[in-house]
Amino acid sequence: MAARTRNAPVLSAGKYLAVAFYVAFALFPLYWLLKIALTPERLIYSDGTALWPSTVTLDNFRTVIFASDFLGYFGNSVIVSLTTAAATSMIAAAAGYAFSRFAFRGKRWVVVLMLLTQMFPLLMIIAPIYKIVASLGMLNSLTSLIVVYTAFNIPFATFLMQSFFDGIPKDLEEAAMIDGCTRFQALRKVILPLTLPGLAATLGFVFTAAWSELLFALMLINSNDAMTFPVGLLTFVSKFSVDWGQMMAAGVLALIPSCLFFLFIQRYLVQGLTSGAVKG
Amino acid sequence: MAEMELKSVRKAYGRVEVLRDIDLTIGDGEFVVLVGPSGCGKSTLLRMIAGLEPITGGEFSIGGRCMNDVAPRDRDIAMVFQSYALYPHMSVERNMGFSMEIRREPTARRKGPVAEAAKTLGLDRLLDRFPKALSGGQRQRVAMGRAIVRDPKAFLFDEPLSNLDAALRVEMRLEIARLHQRLGSTMVYVTHDQVEAMTLADRIVVLNAGDIQQVGTPLDLYERPENLFVAQFIGSPNMNVMDAAPGQGGLILGSGAVLAGPEDARHVGIRPEHIEIVEGGGDVTAEAQVVERLGSDTNIYTEVKDIGPLLVRVSGNIALSPGDKVHLRFPPGKVHFFDAGGRAIRAARDKVQ
Ligand SMILES: Nc1ncnc2c1ncn2[C@@H]1O[C@H](COP(=O)(O)OP(=O)(O)OP(=O)(O)O)[C@@H](O)[C@H]1O
Ligand SMILES: [Mg+2]
Repeated sequence: MAARTRNAPVLSAGKYLAVAFYVAFALFPLYWLLKIALTPERLIYSDGTALWPSTVTLDNFRTVIFASDFLGYFGNSVIVSLTTAAATSMIAAAAGYAFSRFAFRGKRWVVVLMLLTQMFPLLMIIAPIYKIVASLGMLNSLTSLIVVYTAFNIPFATFLMQSFFDGIPKDLEEAAMIDGCTRFQALRKVILPLTLPGLAATLGFVFTAAWSELLFALMLINSNDAMTFPVGLLTFVSKFSVDWGQMMAAGVLALIPSCLFFLFIQRYLVQGLTSGAVKG
Repeated sequence: MAEMELKSVRKAYGRVEVLRDIDLTIGDGEFVVLVGPSGCGKSTLLRMIAGLEPITGGEFSIGGRCMNDVAPRDRDIAMVFQSYALYPHMSVERNMGFSMEIRREPTARRKGPVAEAAKTLGLDRLLDRFPKALSGGQRQRVAMGRAIVRDPKAFLFDEPLSNLDAALRVEMRLEIARLHQRLGSTMVYVTHDQVEAMTLADRIVVLNAGDIQQVGTPLDLYERPENLFVAQFIGSPNMNVMDAAPGQGGLILGSGAVLAGPEDARHVGIRPEHIEIVEGGGDVTAEAQVVERLGSDTNIYTEVKDIGPLLVRVSGNIALSPGDKVHLRFPPGKVHFFDAGGRAIRAARDKVQ
């Protein structure tokens, strides 16, 4: 005990150092993104790997916002990501609840099939998906992206939601049903409020996945009108040069909605909402 | 009327039979306690009464109305869970008034019953708290309050006190007894605890491995157990059981002692508190091995040659130390006889009673 107390300052300093190192490591790419976005075009190569830009400018941001199609891409991405997140979470919540609470025939097979869909490398199925979407005449539409993203995210989101439902004692629902609720009322009044953190986590997860998806967006979208932001980013790469500064500025802007979204859901992400339900 | 009737009710999970042919009538306003070893199906039976578990076979009715396929919400019963199952995102007040909220009673009308229940349970000052800010005993009271506000025809309790410490358990036991006296509702109560069962019950139902062993008043079960299982399960400390064989002059125990009794008896039972320590003679001679002094009583763990261990309980304190030899007498009226299959053999005078 005494030894531990003596070591405490050293230990906690070490702990902070480790955390600081980790944070620096994780955030460095983001810093670099911002740095290049703020560096004037002509200085990008001469500044090279210097940690601080020698001059700071907002020119890149101005060009991206007012002189490119970026806002259009951005809008498309918001529509696709929000709709995908909402649709996926809703379906995953319903499926996760069923997996968690009901025993039904074929449950194991459904689970196995869902796991199976997660095992194929995306590259293997991208051609068939293209074929299906093309023959449905849905190429170059945001709907196709929403449908595909939703389909691909449902399995994982379902397992995620199931684990959250599993964490809510069954007694609570039963108590509600004895108190006069139908199963649906019990779900709405007791279970759902307790699943909000899980729902928020699922929403966030799906939103980010859809927000940064490139492969399908690249394959299924050609027209400039329907491009999402990751595809749009590639338009900064021209045949002869890359507009690094503008590309990075666009990247910085693209972080904003993700940040806002997590800011919005983070209060639901706090743990411990179910504490106090059962004996303590 | 809230008379409940179970007619050859069965429960099976797939091929596993958990309850077999349960026949039981619970009278209006009666307090029935279900006891039995762990895993014997007490909770399952209670949950079938509540409607939380489908009934595999047989019929269950309340007030003459078949309930087999009636949803829990329409059975007009309340249940107190072992885990309390309080809604963590609702205040104590809303937890207790939840059933009224579901019935769409206006908020103003909800206040009265909730306040009244809170007062009897001593929760008046905790109404704004959330469950996570309550102690175990307070949570237990909220769970009871929620059941009271529900104003049901019958209350179901599944080991409601098992998470509380000993002192609190005694207090809550009294609370439940008072509640029953005040409301006069039918109550079905599952417990592991001998004392809870003996003190609360109008009638006790002893279950073992999915079968009802015996149904009767606490004293019935104590004085006239129908079989060896009930004899050893009810009463604390447990009844002593010795093997016996018919012989000259009655029953011969392992030590050679002769006891008067029916000749088809193969087991002889006597409760520790009924064995008398006598100066000389007696039925067997034993050696005291461990002496436990509880203040009010003394437990003497003895060993009898060729019979085995015998527990003797005498009231008050007696001077005795391990290694002492004692003479034990089994008073004739207090000895229980069981046949080879473990069924009780009643003396003729018992049957008349
Ligand atoms: N879903 C299930 N599938 C299969 N068997 C089950 C299931 N639920 C319960 N059982 C079995 O049913 C039996 C009775 O369970 P129950 O919970 O009623 O016991 P209990 O008497 O309440 O025990 P305890 O005193 O430990 O609470 C147990 O043997 C248990 O293994
Ligand atoms: Mg149980």
